[in-house]
Amino acid sequence: MPTPREIRRRISSIKNTSQITRAMEMVAASKMRRAQQAVTASRPYSERLRLMIGDLAAMAAGAEEQAEFPLLERREIKRSQVMLITADRGLAGAFNSNVIRHGLQFMREREEGFENIDMVAIGRKGRDFMTRFGQPLVADFTNMPDRLSIDDVRPMIQIASEDFIAGKVDAVYAVYTQFINTLRQEPRVLQILPIEPPEDTGEARDYIFEPDPTTVLNALLPRYIEVQIYQTLLESVASEHSARMVAMRNATDNAKEIQDELTMTYNKARQAQITAEVSEIAAGAVAQQR
Amino acid sequence: MAKLSVEIITGERVVYEESDVDMVVAPGADGALGLLPSHAPLFTLLSLGEMRVIKSGEEQSLAVFGGFLEIADDHIRILADAAERAEEIDVDRAEVARERAVSRKSEGTSATEDMMRAELAMRRSMVRLKISRRRQGRQGGGGSSAQSPN
Repeated sequence: MPTPREIRRRISSIKNTSQITRAMEMVAASKMRRAQQAVTASRPYSERLRLMIGDLAAMAAGAEEQAEFPLLERREIKRSQVMLITADRGLAGAFNSNVIRHGLQFMREREEGFENIDMVAIGRKGRDFMTRFGQPLVADFTNMPDRLSIDDVRPMIQIASEDFIAGKVDAVYAVYTQFINTLRQEPRVLQILPIEPPEDTGEARDYIFEPDPTTVLNALLPRYIEVQIYQTLLESVASEHSARMVAMRNATDNAKEIQDELTMTYNKARQAQITAEVSEIAAGAVAQQR
Repeated sequence: MAKLSVEIITGERVVYEESDVDMVVAPGADGALGLLPSHAPLFTLLSLGEMRVIKSGEEQSLAVFGGFLEIADDHIRILADAAERAEEIDVDRAEVARERAVSRKSEGTSATEDMMRAELAMRRSMVRLKISRRRQGRQGGGGSSAQSPN
């Protein structure tokens, strides 16, 4: 049995740890609120944009138009680009490992094979993993600001659409974490390019276009990619902070539990020591009386 | 008679959502567009400018800075790059922004990209100023004469 002093030292060390995890929980909670707000606020826009593209799907999917819109062009996939969206920091439970595992599994199932996948890492954790794993990176983005604006994602959009239009890659995917609620986040894969027009929802309407269909679609399609990449990042950030908050809350709870257990052991040890001392003194007194 | 429903959404938020609207005037890429109920399906790019929504004789005005407009089945869907309601416009900030843009433009030595940005900033602030001035004029002059019938 450890001595009471050792136990006391462990108790105070665990107390310190729990203070840190509690502070991290608070920080994550406030960041989470902001990130969740941002993700829910931007969803209507991307959903409506999706609907708009859906309304134009019949026109956009027409074979003769495809040549005019390189972002829609579907070709045989010989080489693809995968954007892996992780966090810069750890201590967020299984957040990073889940999305990385999902990404690896997705890449393994691709027919073009690992050597034909261009990796773009967003977030330090994913970058570090891919470097250790030995998958070369074509680009990495770390230290993304907490409050993302669409300007922050412009460089990623540029890489994705330039490489696609230039024919360096035939498809672009984003592996990210979809925010569902504070307790649930799911890693997912989203096809960014070529743009997959959503199923035509309504009846085909004969739209009037101003100035003309080509100009409208040429403005709409790049915007759609921007918004989709932006949205996946917002989803990931909200998921990250939620996962971290929950992980830190669990850590704090566990620390409390261990602390209680150790306090119990400490009291027992202390009592045993006192009992031992008393019986020693008593024994000594009896011995002297003889 | 049929009415319009209108939604104006930016990347950050839903700026405006209204149903039972009588008429919408929007800054289309090819000039102002007046949209009434039973309009044919139309898809247009927006330029920057004032957008007016008329409902039961009352007029609400908004600043829209580029984006897309779709009208189909009496539903108007606007995805704006940025948009503000008239009452949200910060007049002082717009005034300062306009002066800054004008002075940067008159310096005229910087790169074309900077010039374009200054030009755009100037147009944006001028739209803001125009809308908020009109709003103030309306409030000072007519008061709340345009009461809704119900």
